[in-house]
Amino acid sequence: MSFPGVDYMDIDSLYSEDELMVRQTVRDFVDEEVLPIIEHANREEKFPNHLIPKMAEMGLFGATIKEYDLPGLNNVAYGLIMQELERGDSGLRSFASVQSGLVMYPIYTYGSKEQRDYWIPKLAAGEKIGCFGLTEPDFGSNPGGMRTYARRDGNSWVLNGAKAWITNGSVADVAVVWAKCEGTIRGFIVEKGTPGFTTAYHMGKFSLRASVTSQLFFEDCRIPAENVLPETNGLKYPLGCLTQARYGIAWGGLGAAMAVYNTALEYSKSRIQFGGMPIASHQLVQNKLAWMVTEITKGQLLATQMGRLKDQGKLKPHHVSMGKMNNVNIALECARMARDILGANGVSDEYPVIRHMMNLESVKTYEGTHDIHNLIIGHAVTGIPAYNPPMSAQAEQEATERAAELAKK
Amino acid sequence: MNSVVCISHVPDTESRIKVSGDGRHIDEAGLKFIVSPYDEFALEEAIRLKEKNGGDVTVVTYGPERAAQALRECLARGATKALHIKGESADADALGIAKVLAAAIRSVPHDIVFFGKQGVGTDNGLVGPMTAELLGYPQVNVVTHLEVADGKLTASREIEGAEEVIEAPLPAVITAQKGLNEPRYASLKGIMAAKKIAIDTKSVADLGLDESNILNQRVVFVSLQLPPEKAGGRKIDASDPAAAAQEIIKFIREEAKAL
Ligand SMILES: Cc1cc2nc3c(=O)[nH]c(=O)nc-3n(C[C@H](O)[C@H](O)[C@H](O)COP(=O)(O)OP(=O)(O)OC[C@H]3O[C@@H](n4cnc5c(N)ncnc54)[C@H](O)[C@@H]3O)c2cc1C
Repeated sequence: MSFPGVDYMDIDSLYSEDELMVRQTVRDFVDEEVLPIIEHANREEKFPNHLIPKMAEMGLFGATIKEYDLPGLNNVAYGLIMQELERGDSGLRSFASVQSGLVMYPIYTYGSKEQRDYWIPKLAAGEKIGCFGLTEPDFGSNPGGMRTYARRDGNSWVLNGAKAWITNGSVADVAVVWAKCEGTIRGFIVEKGTPGFTTAYHMGKFSLRASVTSQLFFEDCRIPAENVLPETNGLKYPLGCLTQARYGIAWGGLGAAMAVYNTALEYSKSRIQFGGMPIASHQLVQNKLAWMVTEITKGQLLATQMGRLKDQGKLKPHHVSMGKMNNVNIALECARMARDILGANGVSDEYPVIRHMMNLESVKTYEGTHDIHNLIIGHAVTGIPAYNPPMSAQAEQEATERAAELAKK
Repeated sequence: MNSVVCISHVPDTESRIKVSGDGRHIDEAGLKFIVSPYDEFALEEAIRLKEKNGGDVTVVTYGPERAAQALRECLARGATKALHIKGESADADALGIAKVLAAAIRSVPHDIVFFGKQGVGTDNGLVGPMTAELLGYPQVNVVTHLEVADGKLTASREIEGAEEVIEAPLPAVITAQKGLNEPRYASLKGIMAAKKIAIDTKSVADLGLDESNILNQRVVFVSLQLPPEKAGGRKIDASDPAAAAQEIIKFIREEAKAL
């Protein structure tokens, strides 16, 4: 079955012919290659590795880059790719987001020419898989508090610390790792197999099961001095990567929302209860469908405007926060409503709804939780940052001690 | 090695077809059109030949304005040139279309010409063979395997219980069957590059043909009708399984006459 799309208000007229062609290509790929296998991958907690070469051949990794013989798409076309991938599965979109937005982007933007020349073609071809290590067991929403640190020792850097919840961590050939270093935060390229670098799977996730999530451990992990991303100097650099990935998630959320809406719409028209009429003929069911299609349409406008602004260099991180927060939130609500409309079938993986619903719980949390994005918007409109309440006396003392300890090392 | 691939732009195979007001055409409003699926195998084969031996892959279509979209999709997948003969091909019969395509093919350099084995929708399977005859070329139809070397081709086709292997000199016409290859997805780079290739547009008259000899000639669509709606099924009371089984067997024997 090919996906008809959700276009309530001629939204397609906002897209150019090549943007629509890009979307159609990825749409066909998802219909033909992803949907037939994704429920199984989800059940088995396995990423469908065989799709990586196909995605690479289509040019899905680093699609906005022009150099290195890459497609050089605009940001709307890139967004539409993310939408279609996440219509397949949030885990698939996560893979592409991490590879493009969180690994290729920092190497391309903050890396040296040697780093770019070496890594970008390999990552684009899917020959090398990347991951992005920012979150730590004790620092999620507040990554600035991270404990992982890098110490300069002669011609190397020595890394110590641990990262948690890292997408692709255990399968990645290369990790972009963020660490405290000489009073700031810098990004480092750490290759798989480097002594002192190990990983462990987070097993038993009930969300993003078709995506690998891992912990990364660094114990006196020694990497060459040139593996630092030379431009990085502060929290703003990893956050810059997150802005890229969050932008893609705002579109991805729409894809998941479209998948569940479309499933619920078709189901409601064919499921008969009471008096031989389909459940779609009841006002309560229509109310849910109307809410879903309205929110999807609003989300499309939001995402498209973000894309146009991004292409003009006018998109601000707090705009992206609104897109990520809203579109993932409505997607999750759509998934819950669709789950409801499908009745018992809504909890079975014969339909894609419960998988999307569970996936979206992660998507709501990662790349800045829903509430943190609220605070970013709040900060933008009031000028008052509300993330950081005054420190407790104990926390202040601990922070001082930690700083002293770090200074000793 | 230059190839020509003839492409038809057809309603998506999953479309719900409606008959238009004149009762002779399909209503195109809101329909999604695609490259006819068998043409995809034809195109893929031509692109593989180009990747191996160099040369051009020219995609040709005869159709209305919207058919240019099909050509653009083929360019995104790797065709290098495109020729659009504009006209209301829905009012031409297979021979009319073949006349237009034969003239179009003569206007571009080629060593081999590809078609899908049939256009999905009308499913006559006539245009490829007729074009081959008009061009005076050998043809191999419903091909599942193809080798091209030293000015000749070797093509395989499945026949009842066996495989037929046919040799022919070039230039020749091939009609592609499913299984000939696995068509690729357009690459994003291909989509961007395709924008830069101009589609050559001609009218039927530009080919030196008189359109009034092409449209509504030997075969004319008199009317188009949807198949009758399926009647509702019959329910058999299952409270007595043995009796229900009897009734089902009776139905299969006497009404469905399948036994
Ligand atoms: C499947 C998955 C994949 C992931 N992949 C990656 C990856 O590839 N790389 C990576 O670096 N990280 C990754 N993460 C981590 C993710 O980014 C973090 O989980 C996220 O930033 C939230 O951090 P936390 O889990 O520590 O929650 P916390 O920060 O502890 O938040 C818990 C709750 O407290 C709220 N909260 C926290 N601070 C405030 C505040 N100031 N005001 C109000 N509310 C607040 C939050 O909104 C949330 O509701 C992934 C997570 C998951 C689940």
